Amino acid sequence: MRGIDITVKRGEVFGLLGPNGAGKTTTVEILEGYRTRTGGDVSVLGYDPARRQIELRKRIGIVLQSSGIYSHVTPREALQHWASFYPKPRDVEEVLQLAGLQEKADARSRTLSGGQLRRLDFALALVGDPELIFLDEPTTGFDPAARRDAWETVRNLREGGKTILLTTHYLDEAQALADRVAIVKDGRVLAVGPPRELGTHPPGAAQYTIAYRDLNGARVERQTEDPTRLLNEITAEALARGERLEELSVGRPTLEDVYLELTADE
Amino acid sequence: MSDAVTLAWRQYRLERRMFWRNPSAAFFNFVLPLLFLVGGGAILHGHQSDLNKLVPAIAGMSVMSTTFTALAYNIVFLRERGVLKRIRGTPLPTGSYFGGVAGNAVTNTALQIAIVVLAGRIFFGIGWPAHWGELIVFVVVGVVCFAALGVAFAHLIPNFESTAAYVNAVFLPVVFVSFYAFDTASAPALLRNVADALPLKPLIEGLSGAIVTGSSLGSNLGALAVIAGWGVFGGWFAVRGFSWEQRRG
Repeated sequence: MRGIDITVKRGEVFGLLGPNGAGKTTTVEILEGYRTRTGGDVSVLGYDPARRQIELRKRIGIVLQSSGIYSHVTPREALQHWASFYPKPRDVEEVLQLAGLQEKADARSRTLSGGQLRRLDFALALVGDPELIFLDEPTTGFDPAARRDAWETVRNLREGGKTILLTTHYLDEAQALADRVAIVKDGRVLAVGPPRELGTHPPGAAQYTIAYRDLNGARVERQTEDPTRLLNEITAEALARGERLEELSVGRPTLEDVYLELTADE
Repeated sequence: MSDAVTLAWRQYRLERRMFWRNPSAAFFNFVLPLLFLVGGGAILHGHQSDLNKLVPAIAGMSVMSTTFTALAYNIVFLRERGVLKRIRGTPLPTGSYFGGVAGNAVTNTALQIAIVVLAGRIFFGIGWPAHWGELIVFVVVGVVCFAALGVAFAHLIPNFESTAAYVNAVFLPVVFVSFYAFDTASAPALLRNVADALPLKPLIEGLSGAIVTGSSLGSNLGALAVIAGWGVFGGWFAVRGFSWEQRRG
């Protein structure tokens, strides 16, 4: 880690986006209290997680990148046990339903599929009704339908006023879920902002691309910060010459472009 | 405080439930010493002086297998599976967690000792323990010692696949040396010294005094000191070296 300076606001979904090995999990595990930082200041709900106070852990829920559960215990038993750790837990039946585990509620967890176990991870993190939820790569290995379900769960939690810090290396996930995103690479934050605005700030990176094919069929691409003016110029000239501009398009940098540009190796 | 006690009790109940649902663990930790007792008893039938040695030896072995072996297996497994890490992220107090886990091991030990004592009384011509108090003292100190050593030893085991090799590399030689030295007064001096320095033979001697020979606690204080010493050593490493997560790489 070389310096991550982020502030997550209450009630927002904040995404840490970056390639594998960027330092996302290290960052989250420092916030969760699993690792001690070598420097800097950290405050989670007003607590220093390194001190590992139980009061803090009563208010957070953690979905680790990978963690196991007792193989001879059923989801219902595990949730009942976990619920007893917290002052105001959610109703176990409700959480089972939320995680889509009603049918497997009384099966030994060793008989659950990978996807079901991941949903149990969610359920165990949510049963204490935490204010702040950490989701480390929550949908890695999910099929598309399961991903949509997980996204729906995250959105519902946000609706319910929860604060969520999630890490992901999926751009569409960050785009779909996060109110704000920090792009992380090599233990550093490269950019922070709402996913939609990341393309336009800082202004240096805010290049719109106008592309078309000329009369010879060659592709022309022009960059601008003011697409209205440039588009007007190009189309005016074309009309004056009586040409059609084949495949005319105006492109705004997507999160993907920004991400690829920022995380590209020099 | 009462909250922490309640949670320890809940953890204990979960551990008990899991124990009986896992037949292979129940077998290795529980049935194996009893099989030794039955087998040994059948072979030594009619040789009372040998049976008098067998019963406390199996009782000592039971303490070791229900604590040292069981905890080493359990902790390595839960650590590798990431269950410990998950628990670490919850508000469950560390003391409550270990209270529940240790309580589970203690229950198994108590059940085993009860079975061994009963078997001694009913099948092997040994009376009721001469010193119940001495029996309890040795079992309690033995449990603390071997439980601490089991937790400490778990730290040395790199992954679950190698647990059986690591545990047996310690368990079998210790049992063998201790049984031999306990049974054979003419055992080589070196072997006797090794057995006396390890915690199992002193435990067996104490149990023998309590169950069979009736030698008082006062005459076994040396043995008790050896076990307690190992307990302190194990406890120090158990706490210092404890790791909630699988080492990376």
